[in-house]
Amino acid sequence: MSDSIAAAPPRHRPLVGEALAGLLLTVPAGIAYLLMLLLPTAATILLAFTDYELGLPGFAWIGLGNFEELLEDRGFAIAFRNTVIYVGLVAPLSILLGLGAALLIEAGIRGRALFRAVFFLPVVSLTVAMAAAWQYLLHPTIGPLNAFLRTLGMTAPPFWLSSSDWVLLSLSAIGVWENVGYNMVLFLAGLTAIPRELHHAAEVDGARGWLDRFRLVTWPLLGPTTLFVLTITMIRSIRVFDTVAVLTQGGPNKASEVLLHTMYKEGFTFLRLGYSAAITLVFLAMVLGLVWLQTKALDKRVHYG
Amino acid sequence: MLRCDNPPPGEGLLRVTGIVIEQATRRFGNVTALDAVSLSVAPGEFVALVGPSGCGKTTLMRVVAGIESADSGRIRIGGRDVTGLRAADRNVAMVFQSYALYPHLTARENIAVPLAMRRLSGWQRFPLLGRFMPGTALRRAAIAADVVQAAGSLGLGELLDRRPAQLSGGQRQRVALARAIVRHPAAFLMDEPLSNLDAALRVQTRREIVEIHRRVGAATLYVTHDQAEALTMADRVAVMQAGRILQVASPEAIYLDPQDLRVATFIGSPRINTLDAIADTAGRVEVSGVPTGLQARPGPLTLALRPEDLRLAPAGLPARVEGLEFLGDSVLMHARHTPSDAALVLRLSPEAPRPEAGEGIHLALDPARALLFDAAGRRVTLLDRIAHAPEWTHV
Amino acid sequence: MVEGSKRSWLADAPRLLLLAALGLLLLMPYIWMVSASLKPLDELFRASLNLWPERFHAIENYSKVFNQIPVFQYLWNGLVVCAGILFFQLLFAVPAGYALAKLRFPGRDFVFGLVMLGLLVPPHVPALPLYLAFSQAGLLNTYAALILPFTISVFAIFLFRQFFKALPDELVHAARLDGMGEIEIVWRVILPNAWPAATAFAIFSVVAHWNDLFWPLIVIEGQARATPALGVLYFRSDEAGDDFASLMAAAVIMTLPLVLAFLFAQRRFVEGIATTGLKG
Repeated sequence: MSDSIAAAPPRHRPLVGEALAGLLLTVPAGIAYLLMLLLPTAATILLAFTDYELGLPGFAWIGLGNFEELLEDRGFAIAFRNTVIYVGLVAPLSILLGLGAALLIEAGIRGRALFRAVFFLPVVSLTVAMAAAWQYLLHPTIGPLNAFLRTLGMTAPPFWLSSSDWVLLSLSAIGVWENVGYNMVLFLAGLTAIPRELHHAAEVDGARGWLDRFRLVTWPLLGPTTLFVLTITMIRSIRVFDTVAVLTQGGPNKASEVLLHTMYKEGFTFLRLGYSAAITLVFLAMVLGLVWLQTKALDKRVHYG
Repeated sequence: MLRCDNPPPGEGLLRVTGIVIEQATRRFGNVTALDAVSLSVAPGEFVALVGPSGCGKTTLMRVVAGIESADSGRIRIGGRDVTGLRAADRNVAMVFQSYALYPHLTARENIAVPLAMRRLSGWQRFPLLGRFMPGTALRRAAIAADVVQAAGSLGLGELLDRRPAQLSGGQRQRVALARAIVRHPAAFLMDEPLSNLDAALRVQTRREIVEIHRRVGAATLYVTHDQAEALTMADRVAVMQAGRILQVASPEAIYLDPQDLRVATFIGSPRINTLDAIADTAGRVEVSGVPTGLQARPGPLTLALRPEDLRLAPAGLPARVEGLEFLGDSVLMHARHTPSDAALVLRLSPEAPRPEAGEGIHLALDPARALLFDAAGRRVTLLDRIAHAPEWTHV
Repeated sequence: MVEGSKRSWLADAPRLLLLAALGLLLLMPYIWMVSASLKPLDELFRASLNLWPERFHAIENYSKVFNQIPVFQYLWNGLVVCAGILFFQLLFAVPAGYALAKLRFPGRDFVFGLVMLGLLVPPHVPALPLYLAFSQAGLLNTYAALILPFTISVFAIFLFRQFFKALPDELVHAARLDGMGEIEIVWRVILPNAWPAATAFAIFSVVAHWNDLFWPLIVIEGQARATPALGVLYFRSDEAGDDFASLMAAAVIMTLPLVLAFLFAQRRFVEGIATTGLKG
């Protein structure tokens, strides 16, 4: 008996087929990854250490030269500072409003679909087009906002987008407007993932008020979602470009200059690609820093096993 | 046999404490989840609410807890009319099917929640700063002591500082139980707490829950779809179907004396045998022409017999053996009633002679245990037995 | 919260009012955008707070837009670019995601590590060298330049990997027992099952790339291959902020497609973003 089993010819060994298939299936993505992501990123990193300028014949390795220049560059310092302020305004506000909207929507049955659509509209609207709409809305002389303020008695309402005092604030407000819907949707998903029985248990345990239940059930269980939303929003805010490019081009007097816009200008207006690459690396470092922070926080209390 | 789902007025007065449900009705659109349901649980009594899924038992439990509100009807708990009060004000404790433990709190903190919610004011519960409010320290110490006591009674002493994610299913369930008993509630509600445990753990935990119930001494309403759980644990069993309570009685009465065909078929494993029967104008009950020796009012009937109440006999109901299942302490014989092709199950003792599959046999019934139901499924009382018995043996 | 019958309108009022107030605030740009696109310029300059135009100038404004800029060309470009990007993204990511999830092959963990690394790098980082490369290759101002850099979406690979991981292994085993070859399994079993994740990702991808200004601004010059986002920017620069009315009309026209698609398939959109967001 055992002889006949041993003598049976083995069929094709599936494991070889599996490994080969695995490699074959990954190769197209791998090639694209190499060409479009890995090599260019490596090139950027290398560029950052050169003085390459588009149009000039040769270029040299200058080590940390670009970064030294960055440290001295007042324009860059302003851009950096502005970006930090922008993120510092947009992230907390859009998160709070997004959470608030999600809680309000979730708290009742009426109008859920309607309000979800309304709040989410900015996310699917063409950013550039809406920026143009904001330009009209915030226009100092013909804009409805200032017209409204004038009816309230204000004689000289601010120049929202052309005054260096107000421009960053205005752009932040637009940023909040753009991000609220996105955060709301993420919070809604997090809220619906909370098991209903926990809310019931809190009720039975004596959590009468809305605040009690929020502290006992909602907020703790939203922990992972909140952390995720925080990171995502901060990264999205650091990447601000469209509104600046369309509305202010960094002005007036660099008052609204931000990291990516500076990077774009240095690279494609001034054609200083090496310098621009250095700025890109700073940008990358900030993003990586944020992600690292998120991973650290993840290790701690936010995920309950 | 009295039907206990609508207690006569006088009896109601005796049940002022515990849980009293009066005519609770709840509709979801076109579906009636609860149809004027009434039930009472005396203090210290363990009532199991059992029925197939969708019968409304969970809805009823939620209505008692105050998590849902009934469209009409009243609920009394511990002597108070709590209809309209929210769950937090009803002095009930509930154990949920999925335990519903707060995942971010330790077992100790989980158990303390009901006490903290009730004994500490909002300010005293304020994060970080609340500790410094006057009187907090004393109250927190008292709460901690109560938690340790409740946890100790459930054998949770060493596990108190773990989070639910670090506990096994059985341990989580104990934490849920501890959280429920720590408050000494007037009513104790349990929603299928054993369904998430594996079989062996279930049998062991059943006894423990009954133990806890006796210790706590509150009125306990226990919802389950498992009729074996209901029969073994409860003082009284309430069988529910399609939003109505069909019968409330002791486990023996539910098993031996069901008042409704649906109760008879739901309770008991293997399922009770049912055969179409008819009582002729003289009141003699026959099954496909074979006399049974039973007497009832004329009309179509259903004859129901438990597997242990049918015997092999030289003569009687004709059947054909389909198969045998050896269970160790008994043998289940599957057969088909030849004239009507109805499926039958008999429970035989292991020593009894076993027929072969395909064999033709005859079955005799135990008239003392035979159950008759009318065309509407209501239990029919047997009239006096005919003196003249046919040629087959009864046991 | 006590479930059961819907809360009365009175009890729900504060919530609804608050939501309505916030919603209205959020809708302000749209309301004024549409309103301005219907008004003649002199009315705009009067800066009245009337939403309804005194003189209906919609036809003039909108026709000016259609005359001055190749609206359909821009919209078509946007469609081609988004569809092209999505097509290649799915083409590369679905098989790779499946391979990473269900197949064992040498170097699998290394590849997944690269994927995770790629997630950290924003698309702006490779931009400069890619521009140089396309410039050298003479590919500036083409669909290729707009589509190629985004064909690799590590996010898509990650998403599909998570999704396929959740599919039961038995599905693949049963197919193997039925005699299907590995590639056949991908074609016959995996692709049809990838539908939910694919739609969720599709929505995410289309929204992101329809909106993109940064990259088209870098590689595109002139109108032939301009995307809607770029088109609006051109129009604005040309007008130098004078003819706001037609600018608003242009903004309305360019925003409308995606907004309409959204309103039509609202739930899908929201679910799509939420799924991709929470899985990612």
